[in-house]
This record gives sequence, C-alpha cells and structure tokens, in this order.
Amino acid sequence: MATFDRDDAADLARHLHSHLPSDPALRTKTLESLLVDRGMVAPETIDAWVEAYSDHIGPKRGAQVVARAWVDEGFHTRLMKDATKAIAEFGFDGDATGHLKAVENTPDQHNLIVCTLCSCYPFSLLGMSPAWYKSAAYRARAVREPRMVLEEFGVRVPQDVGIRVWDSTAELRYLVVPQRPAGTEDWDEAQLTQLVTRNSMIGTDRDLTPEGG
Amino acid sequence: MMDGVHDLGGMHGFGPVKVTEDEPAFPEAWEGRAYGMVQSVGDPESTIDWFRHIVELMPPAAYLSEPYFQKWQYVQIIELVQAGMLTMEEVLSGKAAEPGPPAKARNIDSVLGIIHDKQHSFERPCKTAPKFTLGDRVTTRRHMPPGHTRLPAYARGYEGEVIAHHNAHALPDAGARGEEVGEHLFTVRFDARTLWGDAANPLDDVTLDLWESYLDPA
Repeated sequence: MATFDRDDAADLARHLHSHLPSDPALRTKTLESLLVDRGMVAPETIDAWVEAYSDHIGPKRGAQVVARAWVDEGFHTRLMKDATKAIAEFGFDGDATGHLKAVENTPDQHNLIVCTLCSCYPFSLLGMSPAWYKSAAYRARAVREPRMVLEEFGVRVPQDVGIRVWDSTAELRYLVVPQRPAGTEDWDEAQLTQLVTRNSMIGTDRDLTPEGG
Repeated sequence: MMDGVHDLGGMHGFGPVKVTEDEPAFPEAWEGRAYGMVQSVGDPESTIDWFRHIVELMPPAAYLSEPYFQKWQYVQIIELVQAGMLTMEEVLSGKAAEPGPPAKARNIDSVLGIIHDKQHSFERPCKTAPKFTLGDRVTTRRHMPPGHTRLPAYARGYEGEVIAHHNAHALPDAGARGEEVGEHLFTVRFDARTLWGDAANPLDDVTLDLWESYLDPA
C-alpha cells in the first residue's frame, strides 16, 4: 500500500540515481523484463499502449475539433462553454481531458499554454506532448518571455496584440482555438482540418494561412 | 517540495527552446515502452499528486537531466517498492525473486477503452461557499509548505483578478499525503508587469488555476 512517505521516497530516488545504469533504453528493458517475469504486465499490453498513441490518438483529433468549431457556430458555442462535453461528441474525451477549457485567439489576443510545474497536457485530445513542451527551457520561459519564445517558433506577435499565457497548475487542461485564416471561406471541414497544426493548439503557432494564400 | 528545482517558471539559463515539428509520439522506442509500463503497472492507492510529488523529490541533478519518461519510471519504481510490490534488489538486477504466471495481455481496443474511460473528474464536494467571485482582486499567499503544492514560486505574494471559478477540486497539497480535501478552485489572472516588471508588454498577462487556501482578498 502507498506510504506517502516523502523522506523514504527521496532516499529511494537518490539510491536509483546512484545505481541505475545511465542508458534509458537499458533501464527500461531491464524493468520490462522484470515486470513481465513477475507476471505484472504482458509485453503485448505495452505494444498496445504504444500503438494507441502512435496510430490512433494524436493532434489530428484536436484539428478536427477546431475545424468543426470554425464551420459550425452551434458546435463553437458548445466548445467554448464546456470543451470536455464538446469533444465527447467525437469520442475524444478521456485521459487528462476531464476538465478541458478552450481558449480562443482573436485579432487582439493570442493564447499560449504551458505547465511550469510539470508538463500537463490534454493527452486524449492532442496525443503525446512534443519534447519541447516538456523541456526546462519552455517551462521556465513561456510565462516570463512569451514573445521571445514565440520568435524561436518563427511566430512574431505584434506589440499591440496581447499574449495571455495559461499556466496549467490544476487539473484543467487547455486547448487553443486558432483563428480561421482569411481566404478559406470556400473550404470544407475536412480541408480546414489539414490546416490546423499541433503547435497552433498549444499556442506556439498563430497564422495558419495556407501557402500561397 | 515547494522550493524544488521542478518549480521552473521564470528561471533563466536554459537557452533557446529546441523547436521540433510533427515528431512521432515516442521519438525513441524506450519512451513508448516506459509509458506503457507506467500505464499498466502501478500502486492502486497512489494519487496523481503523490505521483507528481515523487518526481519533485528526485535529486535536482537527476530532475534536470533525466528525460521525461525516465522521471515517470523513477516514480513507478518508487511507488512499487514502497507498496511492497517489487524490491530494490529486483529493480537493480532485473531478475524476479519469484516469477509469476504470465499476465493477461490487453489488445488495442482494450487500451483505447481505458484511455477513453480515464476521464477522471477532480471535482469534490466542499461544504463552504466560495470566498471569491468573478472580478475579485486577490493576493497569492507566501505559501511555502515543505510538501507538495501547486502555487509556483514566481506567482507568490502578487495581486491578481479572479476570472473563473471551477467549483471545488481535490487539493493537491492534501492529495500528496493521501488525503482527499475538496476546495474551491479559481483561475486568477496576473498582469505580466506585476510578475515580471517593466520589461513585460503591458497587454500581456498570465493565468494560473489556484485553490482558495492559496489566496487572500487583496
């Protein structure tokens, strides 16, 4: 049973830091073979978890939601009011999206999502988070110098456009709804889905104008 | 661990962000295996807050250098050892003291079902009425408990505005001790200049989701 013993956990962590092999692949292989031998997990189950996020769940889900919000005013209203319920219309609700909030970019405001304390992310909607989202550099800097961070992503936000940075410190998770680019009035939902980038739903991308648009 | 190295918001010295586009879900094969193991084997009595707190208890050098899913693997091992489900000898040798019968395999549909059904609500009952309402000015406390908390150092002692109330949610400080306490949760908006000084753009702001015990009326 869980002990919730902090001092003991810190001791164990120091012990692991001193004694585990340095190669993460070797550590992981060793642990998997132990858990399998103990009968605690089957290798095929781990295969299925990898497949779930490699082939079934990823940012295409979020892109479908955003494109729907662009073309369907009723859905847009439902998404902004209760995003957890709205994504359930697609069956995309699940892990880490029990308290999802959609925040919308406008001509005057840009939204950017970070988790400074760990790396909270809406897995069932956007899939696994990118490496940069989990990096110390992004977590440290997004709240303090968002404009400089965005420039590193090739995004220049004009000085007269405000940036709101949402630090996910609780179990709320955030989805940025980017602006529908001009010149896509004739596009259908499936075409629009192709325009929505993963980074635009985190806020590290802003202008989704198609090439040549 | 309030003042641990995990509390990164506002720190300097990490250099530019290494931007990547559309990489696979698990760029290295071990990452997917580590993730799948954490999802499959754990201490059923643990809480999300205790999980996070164990990460915070890693030695600072390890915290900053270990890849993300290695941090999760530290937690998995520590939880299993503390629960008596594995021994440290087994972990370091990779050899089971006593092999068990093979575990039943889950297929992809079963796993997708788990992910879908994992839509946990963290809303909890709370007998008291919320102390704050939309538009209220609040000041974050100099809240520095030795254990887990979700009020980052960069946002302590500053004045902000309540922009949302989310009913009562499980208080992480208690969750990391294995206790369940429902407490009102608010989204609080801070002017970037309040937090970071004149260098910040006057139009910019930062929001945090904060529990009632982190806040005082301004």
